[in-house]
Amino acid sequence: MSVGAAESVSAGATARAGEFFTPAHAILGLLLLAYPAVASDFFLTQIGGYSLILGMIALSLMVLAGYGGMVSLAQVTIAGAAGYVVAIFGQNNSGVYGFDWPWWIVTPLAILIASLLSAVFGWIAVRTEGIYTIMITLAIATACFYFTQQNYALFNGFPGYTGLRAPEVLGVYWRDPVPFYYLCLANAAVAYFAVLYGGKSTFGLTLQAIRDNPRRMRAIGYDVTAHKVFAWWLTGLIAGAAGVLLVWFNGRISPGTIAVGPAINILIIAVIGGQRHPIGPFIGAAVVVIIQTFAIDLVGAQRFNTLIGLFFLVIVFVSPDGILGLWDRFRPRTSRDGWNSGSQGAGL
Amino acid sequence: MSESATPGHDPLAQGGAGPARPGRLVLWLLAVVVLAWLFFAQWPDWLNAILISKKAFLSAVLNGLTLAGLYFLVASGFTLVFGLMRNVNLAHGTLYLLGAYVGYEVGTRTGYWLLGAAAGFVVLALVGLIMQVLVFRRLEGDDLRQTLVTIGISIVGADLMLAAWGGTTYQFILPDWLDGSIKLPFITAFRSNGAAVYLTYPFYRLMVLVLAIAIGIGLWLMLNRTRIGMMIRAGVDDRDMLAATGKNVHLVFAVVFAMGAGLAGLAGVVGGSALSVAPGEDVRYLLASLVVVIVGGMGSVTGAAIGALIIGLAEQIGLVYFPTYGVVLTFVILVVTLSLRPQGLMGRPA
Amino acid sequence: MSITRRTFIALGVVAGMAAPGLGLAQEDTVKVGLLATFEGAFTVLGEDAERGAMTALEEFKSMAGGKKIEIVKGSSDASPDSAVRAARKLVEQDGVKILVGPLSGDEGIAVKEYAKTQPDVTFVNGSSAAQDTTFRDPAENFFRFSTDGAQWMAGLGTYAFNDKGYKTVAVVAEDYSFPYTQVFGFMAEFCKAGGKVPSKSWVPIGNKDFSSVIAAIPDDVDAIYVALGGADAVNFLTQYQQAGGQAPLVGGSITVDQTVLTSKGKLRDVLIGTPSAGPTADTNDAAEWKAFTEAYSKQKGAFPSPSLFAHAYYVNMKAALLALETVGGDLSDPAKYRETLAKVSFDSPTGKVSLDSNRNAIADIFLTEVTEGEGGVLLNKLIKVTPQVNQTLGIDEAEFRALGAVSRENPSCE
Repeated sequence: MSVGAAESVSAGATARAGEFFTPAHAILGLLLLAYPAVASDFFLTQIGGYSLILGMIALSLMVLAGYGGMVSLAQVTIAGAAGYVVAIFGQNNSGVYGFDWPWWIVTPLAILIASLLSAVFGWIAVRTEGIYTIMITLAIATACFYFTQQNYALFNGFPGYTGLRAPEVLGVYWRDPVPFYYLCLANAAVAYFAVLYGGKSTFGLTLQAIRDNPRRMRAIGYDVTAHKVFAWWLTGLIAGAAGVLLVWFNGRISPGTIAVGPAINILIIAVIGGQRHPIGPFIGAAVVVIIQTFAIDLVGAQRFNTLIGLFFLVIVFVSPDGILGLWDRFRPRTSRDGWNSGSQGAGL
Repeated sequence: MSESATPGHDPLAQGGAGPARPGRLVLWLLAVVVLAWLFFAQWPDWLNAILISKKAFLSAVLNGLTLAGLYFLVASGFTLVFGLMRNVNLAHGTLYLLGAYVGYEVGTRTGYWLLGAAAGFVVLALVGLIMQVLVFRRLEGDDLRQTLVTIGISIVGADLMLAAWGGTTYQFILPDWLDGSIKLPFITAFRSNGAAVYLTYPFYRLMVLVLAIAIGIGLWLMLNRTRIGMMIRAGVDDRDMLAATGKNVHLVFAVVFAMGAGLAGLAGVVGGSALSVAPGEDVRYLLASLVVVIVGGMGSVTGAAIGALIIGLAEQIGLVYFPTYGVVLTFVILVVTLSLRPQGLMGRPA
Repeated sequence: MSITRRTFIALGVVAGMAAPGLGLAQEDTVKVGLLATFEGAFTVLGEDAERGAMTALEEFKSMAGGKKIEIVKGSSDASPDSAVRAARKLVEQDGVKILVGPLSGDEGIAVKEYAKTQPDVTFVNGSSAAQDTTFRDPAENFFRFSTDGAQWMAGLGTYAFNDKGYKTVAVVAEDYSFPYTQVFGFMAEFCKAGGKVPSKSWVPIGNKDFSSVIAAIPDDVDAIYVALGGADAVNFLTQYQQAGGQAPLVGGSITVDQTVLTSKGKLRDVLIGTPSAGPTADTNDAAEWKAFTEAYSKQKGAFPSPSLFAHAYYVNMKAALLALETVGGDLSDPAKYRETLAKVSFDSPTGKVSLDSNRNAIADIFLTEVTEGEGGVLLNKLIKVTPQVNQTLGIDEAEFRALGAVSRENPSCE
């Protein structure tokens, strides 16, 4: 059963309702639910919550890259857009805007604006292919970074916004460690299952077919551009939700949040985790967050970037499919479809 | 320098502008006349009011040109490698910075700046050769992994260079014959006693421009007039076919990669002497060469020249006339170019 | 089987995440966090900041109030986000009760905001010098024994106008809050004295080529006020020299800091004679300063003279340790420690330091001029001391508040 499920993920076979309720999911779910019982507050939010948030952003990249063949470096920018909406329309203490609208307006608005922005980025980016998509999204991300840094009227420039607070709903302050962790977990789970389902839905299959052979799909009568832009819009929802969580987590947002470094970081997470299953980005996020947090204790403050870089290099060299790929490397595979399958039109 | 390579003859620049039509020629002539007038005439007050001052405008244009020269040096290696190997080397900025540090060490120890520049080229060409043999040859045909590996190399490289050279800003000591400034025949103002004030400009920066033009012409000659150039052009057109003819493709790849890396290293010394050498320059020049090469068209040397010209001028003019959003301008140009002409100005359709 | 295998990885990750925090502080040690920029463009400044903090620690022989002091380092890349992330780790994971840092202006504001969420931890500034870290919306548990960027300029505007005779000055500065603060401090005095500032060039962060900016500076100004730091200052000065710049310079505090003065190249020709002001002066003859310089010079990789980052971290670390000594190393009651800290007043290497009601330092500021010392090293020669400058620069607080927050346009006197 589970073998079949794995194959169907790679091969993009038809969806089966049963596969959401695998033993693996049940065990993983129970463990993640029970995690707060054993973890300290720091591990709960700074490692657990933060990994889930970064995992969601990387998941949005993984969908675009894995299913759509479009490697985007602008996912952090999309998440950041949601963050700025929260800062501007919600509450901040930077003395600029902060309309203090209630959370149940601000949060959907933030996700909506982020997803629309994502669709616009997608509309610009779909004109390009392969390596050019990486470039144009990197350019868009850099332009947005510089713009927010220079613009004080709307984005409050270099310092950005501080004093952003998660709402108190049902008597719970959602930035307290345990509620915040469960909030992140719930969001991540929704995104995860949505991608798992979406990958095998008609739209998901069409998208993968477009990735593999856009010309043929166009000839059959599919609107290739519309499908791709719609995929961008959908992933914008995931990245936007993650962006809202991210500003609640940090309590602030500034151009530094959406700089080139964080954008590359998301790519690293997606690559380290692996592209073949939506669990990959979350694994990658957990690994990267743990390394980035504790490398300073292992190798001292100065050289921890070397450690991260070397780890990344080893993963890329040893296992093209990231950590996920490490585990079934030695299994013969009938089909290897990642974002780098090498056929024309398949991403890179 | 872009005009020296006639489109159609340059294999790395196909898809360029067609033969000039009469209407376009008139436009070009008009532009040249306006530019000449801006450079030589005494400006009326209203023009000074709009463009701050003649000195500011001329300096911005000249700085834009010399910056374009520097960008061309960095980007030409990048585009050459991409054109042949379809390999986006995101560690190109790292090569630039390493070249600058190597050149600084050799230059200050021997006391000869030129030796430093030569060392920057040679050492980095060797580094490029090693990268090609150890890394890229193993991942041949897997573009994404090649790109990812270069990201990893750039992270590790930046950190190791920080370990070796620290965070200090280094300044090259230029030899006397390159230093100082010269008077250019452009009158910027008249003193109250009627004497003309000429524009003075750093001599070294003009030399950067001259060097860039020389290297541009050299590259063109190499690609069009030599045997190895012929093989490179054949490789750009059809890699597999070149291999099938029995030519040693790996040798061609190695030569091109070494040359690209060497040019980055040389640019490091040249650029480091014009400005300074410090951590973070790697990312700056990587982004700059990415933008230049994408605007110009990846794989095209002529495109790199045109892209460098546009970006260099936009950056400097933006800095003077709308400093707040000048940095955004470069990337807006890039996004507009890519969305209207995804393959870049001189690139071939994919 | 593959899904199950993947589950095992997930299990491994979860197990790793579940490892309990290692905050088992021993009874006889006190953990102090040290947050500075050990990565990115400001690394060289962060390393000197650490030297300053370590000088203070060695002065106490790593003991305060009978407890051994253990330093836990945190690294930022000068962005506010990374500063908060590093502060979080130091506080929430390593369990420090005192945190010294951060280094730069906007990091300071970000850490101040974070401080509000950690009432049990006491935050002592590093060298961050933005005005609003303590002036607007301050945090109860954030203390700054170093002065802010506007305070550093005390005496400079008056000196430039009266003694140097500069009537009009053009400003070239980086486009973010710390230079805004410095320009504010300079112009507050300079404009009051009757000077005019006809042109301000805000150069975007990250720009390295200043030659076009230099060309656009009006020819008829008497001097140029430059507030750039590190590599940017070096680039500007070199290019100004190359362009044959004639107008004399007036320097912001970090423009003529040791990190710039020790750079190799021809920029020294245009630097000599540049007046500036800041919390330190290299040729200070006071015995306390000399003792500090000597202790500092024993640190590995030390500059010829401590940079103002080393000085600020030293002063802040020393204040934190002095208060710790007074409470006998007992941090069980954070309120008691803070009360003690707020009252700390001591003779620093640069004169008496005490806190105002916003927990910001009142201290001496030094007016300096760049001169060539023995062996060709460049030094900031002491011209004049402005004693006990407070955060409102001697202006009535209500009046000062009415001037508004610093920005590109504020203040202005064209």
